[in-house]
Amino acid sequence: MASDKNDLLNELYRLLPRDSVLHETEDLHPYECDGLSAYRKLPLVVVLPETVEQVQAILRLCYAREVPVVARGAGTGLSGGALPLENGVLLSLARFKHILEIDPDNRLARVQPGVRNLAISQACVEHNLYYAPDPSSQIACTIGGNVAENSGGVHCLKYGLTVHNINQLKVVMMDGELVTIGGGGLDSPGYDLLALMTGSEGMLGVIVEVTVKLLPIPQRAQVVLAAFDDVEKAGAAVGDIISAGVIPAGLEMMDGLAIKAAEDFVHAGYPVDAAAILLCEIDGTNEDVSEHILTVHDILKKSGAIEIRTAKDEQERLNFWKGRKAAFPAVGRISPDYYCMDGTIPRKSLPQVLKAIADMSAEYKLPVANVFHAGDGNLHPLILYDANIPGELQRTEEFGGKILELCVKVGGTITGEHGVGMEKINQMCVQFNSVELQQFHAVKAAFDEKCLLNPGKAVPTLHRCAEFGAMHVHHGEMAFPDLERF
Amino acid sequence: MSDLSTILQDSVVDAYRHRRPLQILGGNTKRFYGRQPSGGQLEVGSHTGIINYEPTELVITARAGTTLSEIETVLAQNNQMLPFEPPRFGAAATLGGTVACNLSGPRRPYAGSVRDYVLGVKLLNGKGEILHFGGEVMKNVAGYDVSRLMSGAMGTMGVLLEISLKVLPRADDECTLIMELDEALAIRQIAHYAREALPISASLYDGNRLYVRLCGTARSVGMAKLKIGGDQLPLNDSFWSRINEHTHAFFDSPQPLWRLSLAPYTAPLKLHGKWLLDWGGAQRWLLSDEPAEKIRAAAEQAGGHACLFRNGDREAEIFHPLPAKMLALHHRLKHAFDPHGILNPGRMYKEL
Repeated sequence: MASDKNDLLNELYRLLPRDSVLHETEDLHPYECDGLSAYRKLPLVVVLPETVEQVQAILRLCYAREVPVVARGAGTGLSGGALPLENGVLLSLARFKHILEIDPDNRLARVQPGVRNLAISQACVEHNLYYAPDPSSQIACTIGGNVAENSGGVHCLKYGLTVHNINQLKVVMMDGELVTIGGGGLDSPGYDLLALMTGSEGMLGVIVEVTVKLLPIPQRAQVVLAAFDDVEKAGAAVGDIISAGVIPAGLEMMDGLAIKAAEDFVHAGYPVDAAAILLCEIDGTNEDVSEHILTVHDILKKSGAIEIRTAKDEQERLNFWKGRKAAFPAVGRISPDYYCMDGTIPRKSLPQVLKAIADMSAEYKLPVANVFHAGDGNLHPLILYDANIPGELQRTEEFGGKILELCVKVGGTITGEHGVGMEKINQMCVQFNSVELQQFHAVKAAFDEKCLLNPGKAVPTLHRCAEFGAMHVHHGEMAFPDLERF
Repeated sequence: MSDLSTILQDSVVDAYRHRRPLQILGGNTKRFYGRQPSGGQLEVGSHTGIINYEPTELVITARAGTTLSEIETVLAQNNQMLPFEPPRFGAAATLGGTVACNLSGPRRPYAGSVRDYVLGVKLLNGKGEILHFGGEVMKNVAGYDVSRLMSGAMGTMGVLLEISLKVLPRADDECTLIMELDEALAIRQIAHYAREALPISASLYDGNRLYVRLCGTARSVGMAKLKIGGDQLPLNDSFWSRINEHTHAFFDSPQPLWRLSLAPYTAPLKLHGKWLLDWGGAQRWLLSDEPAEKIRAAAEQAGGHACLFRNGDREAEIFHPLPAKMLALHHRLKHAFDPHGILNPGRMYKEL
């Protein structure tokens, strides 16, 4: 092993400058985890290439030597997708941080994968354009990671996910070949590999360039805050807004515990005695916003809101959002640790799922703060726990797993925007049956036949599902009756 | 409304066992598109029915053989629509065929394409296994995005059985403005409008006139009308539908009809023929007898691609040829879903 490592290092030094290869333990530590810090592992070596040619050379080398590779952007992911492998190379794209071209007439920006999400919009503001997907980590997360995870954000009900907002990718395949996926127009010939790559969690290729679509900055944005004395009423109001024909730019919900935590933290002016609040943002032309804000106001009143406030100016609008955007760290202040789930459900199941989460919270004796992208049914229950109490993390994970299984049961999914990574790999066995998982493996093999890119993440082996004991049984038949089960 | 899943599955399993190619048939309205079909017919057109539609969820799920006309009627009753404005090319057009061909209408540059609205699919792969990907929720990143991968794959990787789509409310008001401009100026004007946050839902240049369709609240359409100016198309004019369905006079020709997909701001290409610029310049129709190589080279040089949409030699390559590395990847991917190559072989590319 040690001599293998030395051989690999020697070859990497031939390809890269000295400072682009890290292998001393203290240099590896910053890379031991991503945003899911409960999972940690040191990689064999970290490489920090600066050019596409270097990425190609690294992958060619790893392909020949059969060394697994994990690509990493800013490391803000929440599912352990960038968790290193102890026998693998961690490939950081952090040095790819240039915006290569802004084309205002075609409303496109061609950027390197290490460019931060927010930096794209900042660079385009002079053209009255912006990049719409806005994950809450947008000041830190990078566009390459956004593509790998198909990141969402608070505005995806109206503006879509990453997959709806990119035009072209340059990708280095595991064998070192560079391919261009997508094109200059609105579509490209052949299969929709752009969709397949987006959200593929670093399993199919390494993204080295992204062309994103830009949108004109809306003329105006306005937000309404509505307080409810009952979570179910708030949930029903969400459906009422949508059925009135209004598509809000953002439609967020927080429950009592999240409201109090956020208010204590950033003093957004939230009504702390409310059981739930809704934040409904309308954007677009001046005229559309004026009309839709009135509609929303009426609906909220009829839905039984106990208080409705429209932000009187931009300052107040930003303040309303500040509480929502600070919800996670705010919860972090009231609990030593928290565990964030990402299940998505049909909106109509919201009351049923909330009730079940509350019941399980009592059963597991672990409090839960609920923050949702209510407009698109994406839940973020935050389970509060203390990692220093023996067994509490395990209980939390079990509780979290149950929430995800419930999401699948009501017709939803285990992950709306954070990805499967390492974290939800067992729940994949609940969401998909063995034939479907086999199909995923076949797709991966079409791109990476040696299974060297981020192996072990995102799609579980059938063996793993058998061990987890949650193999989805299809029509009462096991698909692989001859496979050993434990 | 009838569920033929089992019958269709049996047919595919049988074809897989005997390595017999199948051509997938829905409403038989898009037979002109793609390469000449071959193989035994697998009829999906009777696998019909809307399985789930809840207006407040903005989601509809239907079997692949359900007609677009049935779906759009039900949506309209709830003041909703398929945002990608699919062309039908015939009354029998099905949802499955629409997704398999990924055909979107004039609203596409402003609202997105078919694939953008696909949330989930149930399909039969080339081994006859029934698989379910995605679902009925807006956000879903569990597993690879196979649902969107199926959009535009021309049935070469799977037989679509059920499809879930996101739908949107219809706008209150609509109006189309017309201006006489030359081509270069029209392209510039469209790009200018697109950066202005105007409620535009379609823009087209017919060689003399620029057509801009507005959709939104009555007030916002009213304001945009003042800003853009020009003459108004009568409200009952079926202009956009004629464009979408290729019943507009422009398309009335036996000449090869090329579809060039380009960045919208691309300067006019120097190819002989009759042009019609839809999608704000991103989809350019060309009726031309110029050699295929010349048309493809011009499109490629401009960063786009060209497809022989209608007429011409349907035995030759129809879609833009792929670079060797890319074609090899397509082969492997097709093989991953359809190991014996029985699903619509050659319909998309000769050897796929």
